[in-house]
Amino acid sequence: MKLFLKIWRQKDAGTRGAMVDYTLDGVESDMSFLEMLDILNEELISKGEEPVEFDHDCREGICGTCSLMINGRPHGPDSRITVCQLHMRSFSDGDEIVIEPWRATAFPVIKDLIVDRSAFDRIQQAGGYISVNTSGRPVDANAIPIQKEKADKSFNAATCIGCGACVAACKNASAMLFTSAKVSQFALLPQGRVEAAERVENMVRQMDLEGFGNCTNTGACEVECPKGISLENIARLNREYLTASVKG
Amino acid sequence: MKKIVSEIAVKSPVKTKKKTSNPLVSNVPEGPLKDKWTKHKNDIDLVNPANKRNIDVIVIGTGLAGGSSAATLAELGYNVKTFCYQDSPRRAHSIAAQGGVNAAKNYQGDGDSVYRLFYDTIKGGDYRSREANVYRLAEVSTNIIDQCVSQGVPFAREYGGLLDNRSFGGVLVSRTFYAKGQTGQQLLLGAYAAMNRQIQRGKIKSYTRHEMLDIVIVDGKARGIIARNLVTGEIERHSAHAVVLGTGGYGNLFFLSTYCMGANVTAAWKAHKRGAHFANPCYTQIHPTCIPVSGDHQSKLTLMSESLRNDGRIWVPAKKEDAIAIREGRLKPTELKEEDRDYYLERRYPAFGNLVPRDVASRAAKERCDAGYGVNKTGEAVYLDFDAAIMRYGREKALTSGMKNPDDDTVRQLGEKVVEAKYGNLFQMYEKIVDQNPYKTPMMIYPAVHYTMGGLWVDYNLMTTIPGCYAAGEANFSDHGANRLGASALMQGLADGYFVLPYTIGDYLSGDIRTGEISIDSPEFDEAEKMVRERIEKLMSGRGIHSVDYYHKKLGKIMWNKCGMARNEDGLLEAMKEIAELREDFWENVKIPGTADSKNQELEKAGRVADFLELGELFAMDALHRNESCGGHFREEYQTPEGEALRDDENYKYVAAWEYAGKPSDAKLHKEDLVYENIELKTRSYK
Repeated sequence: MKLFLKIWRQKDAGTRGAMVDYTLDGVESDMSFLEMLDILNEELISKGEEPVEFDHDCREGICGTCSLMINGRPHGPDSRITVCQLHMRSFSDGDEIVIEPWRATAFPVIKDLIVDRSAFDRIQQAGGYISVNTSGRPVDANAIPIQKEKADKSFNAATCIGCGACVAACKNASAMLFTSAKVSQFALLPQGRVEAAERVENMVRQMDLEGFGNCTNTGACEVECPKGISLENIARLNREYLTASVKG
Repeated sequence: MKKIVSEIAVKSPVKTKKKTSNPLVSNVPEGPLKDKWTKHKNDIDLVNPANKRNIDVIVIGTGLAGGSSAATLAELGYNVKTFCYQDSPRRAHSIAAQGGVNAAKNYQGDGDSVYRLFYDTIKGGDYRSREANVYRLAEVSTNIIDQCVSQGVPFAREYGGLLDNRSFGGVLVSRTFYAKGQTGQQLLLGAYAAMNRQIQRGKIKSYTRHEMLDIVIVDGKARGIIARNLVTGEIERHSAHAVVLGTGGYGNLFFLSTYCMGANVTAAWKAHKRGAHFANPCYTQIHPTCIPVSGDHQSKLTLMSESLRNDGRIWVPAKKEDAIAIREGRLKPTELKEEDRDYYLERRYPAFGNLVPRDVASRAAKERCDAGYGVNKTGEAVYLDFDAAIMRYGREKALTSGMKNPDDDTVRQLGEKVVEAKYGNLFQMYEKIVDQNPYKTPMMIYPAVHYTMGGLWVDYNLMTTIPGCYAAGEANFSDHGANRLGASALMQGLADGYFVLPYTIGDYLSGDIRTGEISIDSPEFDEAEKMVRERIEKLMSGRGIHSVDYYHKKLGKIMWNKCGMARNEDGLLEAMKEIAELREDFWENVKIPGTADSKNQELEKAGRVADFLELGELFAMDALHRNESCGGHFREEYQTPEGEALRDDENYKYVAAWEYAGKPSDAKLHKEDLVYENIELKTRSYK
């Protein structure tokens, strides 16, 4: 198939970017979206032009590195997958495809389609852990039975890959779905209850400091999340936060 | 060792100093096997907490081994700097490990023990690993689970609230702990969380989007690194009292693999060129259950977890005409009667069936496809079928739900739900890639490069032959011999990082309590930085004919065809020659657009491929010198009449550790004899 691509090109953080048009022929439906970009880049390199830089690594939907806004949707038109799992069979001959980076104040563009998501790391550093020593000798793993339902919910929250699609999808660029997934993972487990109040307060504070917007419960994040992280987690975060502030 | 490559003239891209050879001293403690680790911990020197504050450690790589080492070292009091090329430590490729992590907990009461895990691992590795290391691995495995649960890793649980287990290949017990098909993700996020705690405390400084481009040796000791900031292109110097490499394996040598795109050998290879011996490079794991290659555009292969072999049955048509009909689209696999299917693993290996180890399963798939029974367009695929499991689970679910006589459709629906709960994410991945529904038609799978057992040679303390340079996890060679069992990579990464290296490194660092901060303004740092800069300049000044991927793909083809699942002398000799020629071509003709003083992904790739082009030749030479078949190393000349691997313990029961000597084909071989005091060497059989 033949495609008409409009791709955001930006030299570096300090330079203004712009959309640039490319026409690409010979795309097959079995190719992944990123393989299509590989082919475009091979063509650009052979012409002596700079290839389009984009973040990607595992190419199997788990590392959360890839982060493209395709035709206005984070990770493209298909649901419950990352860009690297998107295949060209989702497109047709002659399609125009608009490819942009995540747009959010807290995710500044580094180059072309690559953004800086270190704000997510700092939110986690603010409290996304249980304060136990790794070199200690904890109790036996089966000493505390955990209700399967709760363990499963905790796991579901923990499957967040930290890609930032939730932020990109949100009109306010809010990071509530991301932060709430981490808060929930620990809040649902007995090991995590000990520091629950402090954790939610610290993580929310850092989230606000990073310049993410507020949550207005539109649910766009849940729709676009490649891992199906549920809005229920945001409700849980709010509950945890309220309880912590009242007690505090 | 035969003279094999004298006719090949290779222009070495980098000049190196001549080094003296290092003797291989394994430092395995004396005493009975089961007491060695405890005794060793009691005997080695420690560093007191006040002195730890004056000692710096650099950790390269933030996967399970690197991340867990960094967190634990920081927690013990050392000042840690971590480096990863990804934009966050959480994205290291350990995150993609699917199936599980082994531990000898014996929660299932099925006869598991530390000894059995040890024995299975040695046997699974085809008797090519070091006894004492493997025993220690099995011993600390139980701590891993306790540790991870206390950190909030949400492992799968049973309805009673206790942890669930499943089975993996090459063992007869259920000792694998898991979190659906995302075990690696959950364990890595645990290590990342532990790192975050230390970053917040100021004990770890995390450098992301940074790549180590050389290791700096001062007075014979590893004292720092040269790194490139991948965003700005700046070349940076970082010093420390010790350097830990948790940089993973080198399977991307094959271009197509289940590794992430950025996985590389650069850090390990730079250490090799500075004096760290590279052990058993030819031991590569080719995983039997991956989604087959679909075309030339393909950039990577996707694994379907080995855990699927708990429930999936592997087969090809029993008649060649049926295989042809399927390939041509005239016949559907679901239309084939039971008696027309060849469940070849169950047929050849009745005791282990579909759960034979990976090397055995991969070769068996290749054998059937080579014989003309492959089932996709390329003829390189076999079926992994869940129909029997779906019906079995469905009937069980119907019974426990109180249904007396459910019809087949109801049973199937119930069964599909059970299978979805177990493997849902894997089935979804498959469907997205192949565009077929694996609940309704069998999956197609074929072997792909997945893991490398070889790596930097380390002693019992995980120290390489460079004093102060350590290697942990997949980056070292130590625990898996010639073949790794499923769910053992996560176990080893975390064992090394949480429980072994943080203690053994103290023995070395106890000599550094009065050293003080290592200066970065020394001739050694000057020289290393100069070399890094010159190399980048050289890469950027290629004549500009072919892209980096052009060379990487060519290298991959040579490796897969001549150093893959089956190897022979002629092929390996050709591979060495072709790789050396390709390397020369690369340095003359590679084309890298853009500049070196900014973000430049082509330059990043070029540096990595340049190192693969050296390692590839050493890999082939190692495979050529090992005149036997063992584990993942299968030499066609050495096989039993039934086509099984034929080991030669008399001549090859050793670790081949290669010392760098100017160019790959000049590498000097050192042997560490493997001594088995507790296990009797047998022919590995899974029949």
